[in-house]
Amino acid sequence: MKIVLENLTKRFPNRNKKGGEDVIAVDNFNFEIPDGKLIGLLGPSGCGKSTALNLISGLETPTEGKIFFDDEDMTDVPAEKRGVGLVFQSYALYPHLTVMHNITFPLENLRGSKKMTRHEMEEKAYEVAKLVQIDHLMERKPNELSGGQQQRVAIARALVKIPKVLLLDEPLSNLDARLRLQTREEIRRIQRETGITTVFVTHDQEEAMSISDMIVVMKDGVIQQIDRPQAVYDDPKNLFVAKFLGTPAINVFVGSVKKGTLYIGDDEVMKVKGCGDRKVYVGVRPEGFIIDENGGLRCKLNGVEVMGRDTSILSAHYAHEGEIIRSIVASEDAAHIADDGPAGANETADEPGQNKNGKAAEIRFSLRPKKTFIFDRETEERIPFETA
Amino acid sequence: MKKNNDLKSWLYLLPAILFLGAFMVYPLIDVMIYSVEEGYNSASQSYYDVGLYNFSYVLHDPYFLQALKNTFILVIITVPLSTTIALLISLGLTSIKKLKHLFQTIYFLPYVTNTLAVGLVFMILFKKTAYTDGLVNVLINLFGGESVDFIDGPYWAKMFVLCFYTIWIVLPFKILILTSALASVNETLYKAARIDGTSKAGIFFKITLPMISPMIFYLVITGFIGAFKAYSDSVALFGTDLNAAGMNTIVGYVYDMLYGDSGGYPSYASAAALILFAIVLTITVINLMISRKNVHY
Repeated sequence: MKIVLENLTKRFPNRNKKGGEDVIAVDNFNFEIPDGKLIGLLGPSGCGKSTALNLISGLETPTEGKIFFDDEDMTDVPAEKRGVGLVFQSYALYPHLTVMHNITFPLENLRGSKKMTRHEMEEKAYEVAKLVQIDHLMERKPNELSGGQQQRVAIARALVKIPKVLLLDEPLSNLDARLRLQTREEIRRIQRETGITTVFVTHDQEEAMSISDMIVVMKDGVIQQIDRPQAVYDDPKNLFVAKFLGTPAINVFVGSVKKGTLYIGDDEVMKVKGCGDRKVYVGVRPEGFIIDENGGLRCKLNGVEVMGRDTSILSAHYAHEGEIIRSIVASEDAAHIADDGPAGANETADEPGQNKNGKAAEIRFSLRPKKTFIFDRETEERIPFETA
Repeated sequence: MKKNNDLKSWLYLLPAILFLGAFMVYPLIDVMIYSVEEGYNSASQSYYDVGLYNFSYVLHDPYFLQALKNTFILVIITVPLSTTIALLISLGLTSIKKLKHLFQTIYFLPYVTNTLAVGLVFMILFKKTAYTDGLVNVLINLFGGESVDFIDGPYWAKMFVLCFYTIWIVLPFKILILTSALASVNETLYKAARIDGTSKAGIFFKITLPMISPMIFYLVITGFIGAFKAYSDSVALFGTDLNAAGMNTIVGYVYDMLYGDSGGYPSYASAAALILFAIVLTITVINLMISRKNVHY
């Protein structure tokens, strides 16, 4: 079942009594979710991603625009008739019913030719319960289950009626880190096995990156970018997307382009082509730094954290937007800094910027063009460039 | 050390034990003793014999049987009806958006008004005298019916007013409890149920009702007990001579046996009180047994 959203908009009236503008939770959504794919709706909290999900589920009605499942217009179809499965952030299991009853609940509501006997329902319930591996818990009540188990029951309940669309609203945010990792792989497995078109809402970019076929990045109700996870990371459309994806986060510098040369502060870092003179933001991924004695970017070295294979170098630059520039290099390349660096390998930043002689140490980088992005200072849109 | 502690704990408990003993346990035991003292005379504080004659007398007293019948009718009609009406009103109050608090206040007002004052108002509404028919009868006439004297007239009319009045009096508290119970049901459960394809009626019976069942159960239990102990409502409508009006209740009978014109028989009163106690206990136990299956905590 493919899902098509056409000019989908949801406005909430402003509750402030003094008046003011309506809150636009979802602003003119136009996109298509291909059949059988898993889509990650990604954005910071309050960006309207849950509202978008509720619009697809039918729990909210759009102010404008249309929703299609395949070619069928679902815009005015109430939630109870859409045949979607929804897993809530809080799971919303029925506390007075056993796990078995919770899972059969959607089946009890089937009418007409789809109506099932109790026995058929329980058989179905066992099938999905096996899929999510909770078939040994069927007689328990929800409050006798752990968070992860409750979450599986919620998924089983959403899957049991074989929904046309499966919607997941931050389903992992109540789980601890280990369980979250495990469950997200499981969701991916179940989605692959069932082939149900799935929309997954999350504010965790790592989660979205790891399980989605496609990511929709949202900000303030507006879609910023729709693409494959790797493409969103490698090819962000604007500064927001670049900042939102990736851990550690991208390093943003204030810079400018003058006569085919990219400057960060006054440091001449790169020759660029196809990019006119202007004020820009320069985004550099942590892995985009190369330690280079002749590199253009001159930073004050703050410390070194050796993490086995990689070494993370903490430094500062006056044109940098944040406190610390975090760059990640292979440990072998950074060995000499870790050894005679100012703070030493294991006592990071005790005396930042001081080497053995008590002088501020400098570290110089050159940048990898593929990991460096230029954004217009005004529009924050990405400006493509070629290296000269 | 341990002995010392034991002594201390008893010392701490002493005030409560003394208080409860003097005002709860002693009277209870006293009632039981009175109820088996045959031919007790309150003036001479003497009795002839010990036995169950008092119970037998009470159970054969036509006034008691009348009171028993009245009480049972009152209980059977008002408890389910008032709980159902309160639930419907609470559902209405929960689903309206505008003026919600105003309506909630209006529905709660009867709770803070005086029972006897309300009884007087009801009497005036329903009473038929030589001079006036009363508002209710005027309405009945308007729809082409015959005037009925609800206060001094036929038994069913009097019982109707009593039940009407009782329901009206107990509604506000039940509405208060049920609206807060409804408000405490997690909103996402309703959303989940809708996603699961549940109809409005299905949501009510499968989600709402089980979720508020502890509160409904509480209201039913206290409703039963309250209705079995009804007395003042009847007095408010029909005056103090309830036996003559044929509208006495069990508690009214107990009162009459103690202080009424035919009173001065604490033994009969105690026997009647114990019979009432046995009835209430039985009903409550039955309620508890039913609730095991149907109430979800």
